[in-house]
Amino acid sequence: MTGILGAALQVVLVAAGAPLLVGLMRQVRARAEGRAGAGVLQPWRDLRKLLRKEPITPHGTGPLFRMAPLVLAGSTLVAAAVIPLVTTRSPLDGAADLFAVTALLALGTVALALAALDTGTAFGGMGASREMVVLALVEPTILLSTFALSVRAGSTNLGAIVTATLDDPQRAVFPASLLALVALVVVVIAEAGRMPVDNPSTHLELTMVHEAMVLEYAGPDLALVEWASAMRLTVLLGLLANLFVPWGITGDSLALLPAGIAAVAAKVAAAGAALAAAEVFMAKLRMFRVPELLAGSFVLALFAVASSFFLVAP
Amino acid sequence: MTPTAFAAALALNLAAAVAGLVLPRGARRAAVGTLTAAGGAAAAAAGTAAMLGGEWSARLPGLLPLAGARLALDPLGGLFLAVTGAVAVCAAVYGIGYTRHGDLGGRVPQAMLPVFVAAMALVPAAASASTFLAAWELMALASLLLVVAEHRSRDEVRAAGLWYAVMTHLGLVVILAGLAGFAAAAHGESFERLRAAADGLPPAGRAAVFLAVLAGFASKAGIAPLHVWLPRAHPEAPSHVSALMSAAMVNLGVYGIVRVGFDLLGGGPAWWWLIVLAAGGLSALYGILQAAVAADLKRLLAYSTCENMGLVLLGVGASGLFAASGARTLSALALTAALLHVVNHAGFKTLLFLAAGSVLHATGTRDLDALGGLRTRMPATTALFGVGALMASALPLGNGFVSEWLLLQSLVHALPSGGTVTAVTMPLAVAAVALSAGLAIATFVKAFGVGFLARARGAAAERAREAPAPMLAAMAAAAGACVVLALSPGLVLPAIARPVAVAVPGPDAVSGPVTLRLAGLSGTVSPLLIAVFLLVAAVGLLALLRAAATRRAARRPARLWDCGAGPMTARMEYTATSFAEPLQRVFDDVLAPETDLDVTPLKESAYLVDSVTYRTRIGDRVEHRLYRPVLAAAARTGEAARGLANGSVHRYVGYGFYAVTGLLIALAVVR
Repeated sequence: MTGILGAALQVVLVAAGAPLLVGLMRQVRARAEGRAGAGVLQPWRDLRKLLRKEPITPHGTGPLFRMAPLVLAGSTLVAAAVIPLVTTRSPLDGAADLFAVTALLALGTVALALAALDTGTAFGGMGASREMVVLALVEPTILLSTFALSVRAGSTNLGAIVTATLDDPQRAVFPASLLALVALVVVVIAEAGRMPVDNPSTHLELTMVHEAMVLEYAGPDLALVEWASAMRLTVLLGLLANLFVPWGITGDSLALLPAGIAAVAAKVAAAGAALAAAEVFMAKLRMFRVPELLAGSFVLALFAVASSFFLVAP
Repeated sequence: MTPTAFAAALALNLAAAVAGLVLPRGARRAAVGTLTAAGGAAAAAAGTAAMLGGEWSARLPGLLPLAGARLALDPLGGLFLAVTGAVAVCAAVYGIGYTRHGDLGGRVPQAMLPVFVAAMALVPAAASASTFLAAWELMALASLLLVVAEHRSRDEVRAAGLWYAVMTHLGLVVILAGLAGFAAAAHGESFERLRAAADGLPPAGRAAVFLAVLAGFASKAGIAPLHVWLPRAHPEAPSHVSALMSAAMVNLGVYGIVRVGFDLLGGGPAWWWLIVLAAGGLSALYGILQAAVAADLKRLLAYSTCENMGLVLLGVGASGLFAASGARTLSALALTAALLHVVNHAGFKTLLFLAAGSVLHATGTRDLDALGGLRTRMPATTALFGVGALMASALPLGNGFVSEWLLLQSLVHALPSGGTVTAVTMPLAVAAVALSAGLAIATFVKAFGVGFLARARGAAAERAREAPAPMLAAMAAAAGACVVLALSPGLVLPAIARPVAVAVPGPDAVSGPVTLRLAGLSGTVSPLLIAVFLLVAAVGLLALLRAAATRRAARRPARLWDCGAGPMTARMEYTATSFAEPLQRVFDDVLAPETDLDVTPLKESAYLVDSVTYRTRIGDRVEHRLYRPVLAAAARTGEAARGLANGSVHRYVGYGFYAVTGLLIALAVVR
């Protein structure tokens, strides 16, 4: 019961909270830059505005172009239901582990890249090409960090990893966990298209990755894409927060669900605010410096695996 | 059931070969295609029956000289026979439509297709070294004749045929040497005798046998650096033959390694399997990297075969490694993953090669840079290739995802139980699998997105027409098999557990009809549930969007954003080469692309440019660095040796005299 309710709550929480997280991050950034900012609710107002606009089909695009936002948002919602955000008892937890969640998120990215190629514009191709490079190079780091975390828990199951950390709080400060944390932070930044890998608010061709892919979307389609990318960021930050700082998450108890909601909301908000604050001081990397950054995170993940074996092996 | 079906498979293929030779051109295609498809179906039935427990063996003393032929089907051979049969059904039906034009309808190509299928059915059924080698050679010869079927129309076919002939026969030589040595030491050549004698062999002898057959079989499986024939032969062969070679023939290399390594030699020390694992990992990475930058559609698919066979071998190597360290459950899991990947790869590679053949049939080109826009002209082929690309890129809803998931699980769980060796190799193996998975996604996004979506980049693609019905039916059958494998792997996993048990005796490694559960390890995944949830989420979102969007107007077409510069032309689109350029730059050191820039200035001034020619080519670096020097050295030796033979008979008699004298002296010294 807790599980089903918790999973439903997670989906609703991610769906409703994701634009607020983006709003919060923009607000933090605005304040740090000495601007007043548009308020935390602005992304929701933007979505409402886009939904009122007329649906548009650019010339020469096919069904894949129209389906891609649905796949992107749908895969993110499934990930939101599966991963332990509010509760570790999601009934769907057995359906997908950390490998599968990663692959599920990649499926959304691939749908969007194909849609971008489908437009036949140079922007679309450029965005898709760059996004695929980032995706391909991020994959090893994700799986190696997963490896490092699952060695300690004896399972790649997300609920099991979180529960293992809850049972033995010392795990959170083991070298393996810390190294994996740093590696995964880089990965999350790359996957979510944040600075310094991608600039979510750019409109300059040279620096666009994600924005170049969605250039042809308008109206309700664009609303769905924007909403989905906010949800992806929320899911990734929530996953990161709960893998390394799982306290506050609900187990079996129904009464503790509100506490679980409050805890994950606070953690994700804090992580988002920290990310936004860090972005103020960062410039976007050149496209061909990004692989160096990702290679660095890969090495950290490799160290994480090595230390998980050599430092704490019985 | 097994012997009847197996005999029927051979008889039907023989009938098809005869039909191909004697029937007139008009009736030939349909007769050969139908009979070969029936033979393939019978082979698949025989293989399935053998997998489900109908083991069978026979001795035919009169069939081969000296030793006679021995045949036997156990679950392991049955798996490979079933895969071969299923691929043959699709390829044969497809061939009815595909071979309508050109050289492919001729007597030799038509008759060789069923011979090839029959030879591939005989290889996993062989139960003695001589039978095995005879079937192996028959398979090589039939496939060689099929590869060169179009040698009249294209020059590259001859070069491809030459590379293939040399590599496949060098492979045969080392396998022959290995098995002959094994048989000599075992005082018998039936597999039973070899199996019984393996334990008594000295370790060095066993290792020599294993390394020799490993080299030969790895070359057949397309494992780098012995893969060089593959990216040449697959693109030049007719497409249904490419599908047979890539989805069925290369598997037999894996079969050979599993059969000899696990079954006949009974496993071995960890270092054997470390070699297999390393070769698999390197081949996976090298193959997919070359595929990611390839602009020729069939070459891309051929390199993807290198990658997938690399992953399979990585699983086989991991399995052997775990077995050597005593971890039976893990070993069974890794081998299950490898064999499931063989089945999955056969499914999607059949589909992809056949779809690529349809594109070639419709447009006459394999160059992705000249394709595009096939979505509107060939909707069915586009959809089917899209399914195949999803299956091949290890994403959820694809069948490749399931086997790669199992492979990763076996690697991840290895750590606590193994020693230092596993602690060092497993993270690297996981990294290799992960990087190849990521690059595979980029590769197939490129192949599908650039080749089929957007707008046509060339005149050939603009005139494309949808493929005829037999071709579409064959592709649809392959796609259907892939979807079943992707959504309910639980259906086939019990059948795969039996072949695994032949190599690694023990309980089933994976169980569960909907949710896959690992035996003795923690880890579950449910592809069907993921698919259902994804569908529910997408439909729900669509309904929500319909309800929330306040304007219910029909979708209005609009111009693409062209920076205000007027209508966009197809030349502005990203091509396959430009799509892969960032990856090529990232992996510059590995790929070593060759670029040429020719600037021709005007006569009047060196600063005014008349024309600029830019050429870039990404060759196969292994071929350049490893094979070219050897070939050049052989050619130089040949040139130098020409001076020895000047035509004088006296000199030749002298050579004979000195040779005999030298030999006698050497013998006198040694004895």
